[in-house]
Amino acid sequence: MSQIIDTYGLILVKAMGQTLLLALLGLFFGCLLGIVFGLASVFNSKISKAISAIYVNLIRGVPMIVLAFFVFYGIPYGLRTILGVKYTFTALQAGTICLALNCGAYMAEIIRAGIQSIDPGQMEAARSLGLTYWRSMFRVVLPQAIKNMIPSIVNQFIITLKDTSILSVIGFPELVNKAQNVISKTFKSFEIWAIVGLMYLVVILILQQVAKALERRLNRGK
Amino acid sequence: MVNKNNVKIHVENLKKSFGKLDVLMDISNDIYEGEVVVIIGPSGSGKSTFLRCMNRLEDITDGKIIIDGYDISSKKININKVRENVGMVFQHFNLFNNLNVLENLMLAPVDLKKKTKQEAKESAIRMLEKVGVEDKVDYYPSQLSGGQKQRVAIARALCMEPDIMLFDEPTSALDPEMVAEVLQVMKQLAADGMTMVIVTHEIGFAREVADRVIFMDGGYIVEEGTPLEIFGNPKEQRTIDFLNKVL
Repeated sequence: MSQIIDTYGLILVKAMGQTLLLALLGLFFGCLLGIVFGLASVFNSKISKAISAIYVNLIRGVPMIVLAFFVFYGIPYGLRTILGVKYTFTALQAGTICLALNCGAYMAEIIRAGIQSIDPGQMEAARSLGLTYWRSMFRVVLPQAIKNMIPSIVNQFIITLKDTSILSVIGFPELVNKAQNVISKTFKSFEIWAIVGLMYLVVILILQQVAKALERRLNRGK
Repeated sequence: MVNKNNVKIHVENLKKSFGKLDVLMDISNDIYEGEVVVIIGPSGSGKSTFLRCMNRLEDITDGKIIIDGYDISSKKININKVRENVGMVFQHFNLFNNLNVLENLMLAPVDLKKKTKQEAKESAIRMLEKVGVEDKVDYYPSQLSGGQKQRVAIARALCMEPDIMLFDEPTSALDPEMVAEVLQVMKQLAADGMTMVIVTHEIGFAREVADRVIFMDGGYIVEEGTPLEIFGNPKEQRTIDFLNKVL
């Protein structure tokens, strides 16, 4: 066991670094998408609601592994054969796109539900004083909604972090992908998968603690 | 008190429907500067909807409402500017739960640049003294009683220094022992000459404070007049039936 760690420990730790990099990129762009589409789904316009619904349903209805294959293999092939354009994504680019699209759809739902959980009277009172829709949203509704959303957002962060493992299929050198490489050399699948599992667990437990501290901070003064 | 030369709210053939449901059929009325108008009527009569049309919290289906010369039924008007001069008090208070009392009062004046922070704070404290909750400046809404919440909500609306105040069943969600303290604040406001439109079930209050009482039923104004006329000598059968039930 210690021999495995001595020889391959650094590779796995570096791979965890790649996992975290991909997760952070996916979460960052996913949050942006989630905010845009989440707000679009509560905004009083049929068009913005429809666009948001299409995005959310499309992404939720397709497994991420299919999305990954489609973005990484399908789109470049389509570009080449249909449009005659030569373009390929790196695994990191394709991975970020998939993760962000996926995370964004679920975040949009969390944000929509969070905003809708706030009594419409809050918005009405702010509007009745002369505040615009967006000022009312940012000063009154969202600060309350975010508090309710935190547990679901943390949950989504964890899911997105774990979902990076799916992107091993397009060859992104994250933890699962690297672990498979190591196993193909050592055949120590029991030890390696146990170590990999433990590594995910530790990172996620740390993330949870950070989230708890954040939640406590937000609930202070109430 | 009532200045008949200055129409503050002019309503002309107002109609409002929610989808296929017609709530306001055809309403016309003028409300004058300094006038206190109380709207009564059975539930579902459209009185709250009528009130909410006056600051366009409900879109106007047809007809006209002109507030201080601004036609708010026109999409071209900047409704936010009009709302700055029309305060509203809600049945369920709707204090901003994420802000304390002082912040609730300061938010709109500061955000809309009507006042500096310092000015807004000073006027907020003045308003809180007026409604008698000056000792609760740093309390959050969840820490207040219903009566205190509603008085803070009135103070919040007053901080924008409105010309007109709309009250949508301001005492209906209160425990009985707290109704009086809110009505007292409203009486004071009426005595100060504020133009007020009040939807309420408090007949005693209407009798005492109203310049004019409007009785609504089925989306129409059935009858209107002084409290003496409406409560003492109602002419329409529907008004008589309603008053028999509530008095």
